[in-house]
Amino acid sequence: MPETVTLVVNGVSVEMPAGSMVSAAILKTGMHAFRRSVTGEPRGPLCGMGICFECRVTIDGEQHCRSCQTICRNGMDVQTEPQKAQE
Amino acid sequence: MLVVGAGPAGLAAAWRAAQNRLRVTVVDDNPTAGGQIWRGGPPEAQVWFERIRSVDVEVINGARVFQQLGPGILLAETNSGVCELNYSSVVLATGARERFLPFPGWTLPNVMGAGGLQALVKTGLPIEGKRVIVAGSGPLLLAVGAYLRGHGAEMLLIAEQAAVLRLARFGIGLMGQLKKLLEAWSLKRDFSRKGAKAQRKTRNLSGCWVSEAHGEEKLEGVTLVHKGVRGGKRWQVECDFLACGFHLVPNVELAELLGCAVENGSVRVDEFQQTTVPNIYSAGETTGIGGLELSLVEGEIAGLAAAGKHEAAREMFATRAKQRKFADLLNRTFALRDELKHLAAPETIVCRCEDVTLERLRAHRSWRAAKLQTRCGMGPCQGRVCGGAVEFLFGWQPTSVRPPVLPVRIDSLLATDKHR
Repeated sequence: MPETVTLVVNGVSVEMPAGSMVSAAILKTGMHAFRRSVTGEPRGPLCGMGICFECRVTIDGEQHCRSCQTICRNGMDVQTEPQKAQE
Repeated sequence: MLVVGAGPAGLAAAWRAAQNRLRVTVVDDNPTAGGQIWRGGPPEAQVWFERIRSVDVEVINGARVFQQLGPGILLAETNSGVCELNYSSVVLATGARERFLPFPGWTLPNVMGAGGLQALVKTGLPIEGKRVIVAGSGPLLLAVGAYLRGHGAEMLLIAEQAAVLRLARFGIGLMGQLKKLLEAWSLKRDFSRKGAKAQRKTRNLSGCWVSEAHGEEKLEGVTLVHKGVRGGKRWQVECDFLACGFHLVPNVELAELLGCAVENGSVRVDEFQQTTVPNIYSAGETTGIGGLELSLVEGEIAGLAAAGKHEAAREMFATRAKQRKFADLLNRTFALRDELKHLAAPETIVCRCEDVTLERLRAHRSWRAAKLQTRCGMGPCQGRVCGGAVEFLFGWQPTSVRPPVLPVRIDSLLATDKHR
């Protein structure tokens, strides 16, 4: 069995293979809006390599973390922007 | 010697320099070494990882170089603070990023770069059973398609905008390497991994591109255009992911910050891979898009030259020349067609950081004017995404780079003062 880690995305627990990125974990939960753009559009990962800053989320209270450059850790708390604009 | 970038070029430079008794440190933004192409440590990368382990090289991962304090001193931000990097010579192997072009719907979640989706799958995204379309341009598309299919994706279509299939048929005088690549487009099936579940075959179309992505809160489908022999065809397909990139753009920002000349979007180097600034070398995609083999040989030459082994470096010039010829052919083959300049509608967003539409950009004559008036290219990515687009759309050239070369924490800026 490969080692796994469990983290929490918007209150939802998700199990990932060790070494996975937070961006992959968020998408695995079925959520797709990582952040809201300056005009309120939903946005998710684009480049997957730390260039575009579209995948930034709040991790353990720290804002603007690039989720595609952050490896999942046990107990990590990840917050995206609301999935629906009106929420 | 400092190496910035732990991809193939950087690792090759580090290995050669360390073999020749330089003290070498490699610094990289990503959490693990290997760059984008060797993300996840594929088997073909192991020989290079082994070479790095066999010499005395320090590798610092997760460190973002953002500032030059003075000659021979760079600062990098890590999760635990700022680290100062001192060097007497440096190799800039900062690689490349995908070129993105705006089309209606390209900002929807689940529309990603081709390399972007592959990176996500390599780092834990389950893709099994997901309906995927790979589109855009460049040799990366086939590799990404094969990878995703090998991991269980339902690969609906691989769409290359260039008419490569026609080139493959009439490719007289093509180099063997390129011919092989183009022939891959004609293969009707089956590039899935051995043992993978039998799946229906993936269609490869050349002269085909996505004209629009549809969806409300996320991607639901795309409109495709195929310019065939008998006129054109336009149709819609539902899908879960669109992986769409238009070949690559060199990452030259750090080289520019250090005062190195940039020509046609690539860092200018001499025959020993030295930039226009003494003791600053550059290798790999940063000096022009050329792929893995060219990156490796350029890296080796840079490492040898930095160590003063010019004769040994010279012995590799023939290999590099051959790879460069191949790269030139490749770049010509995948040249972007003019139709792609007209995909974006007036209300389509071009700058995703500041949500600047095409319509607002059209009112300006240079990127500098557009930046001042619209904030295009002034958000967190600092024009790394829209820069490649406005260059293609309007012929605008990037303006001067200023520190910090990427967004850093306030703490890191304060630390800059302390290091001074």
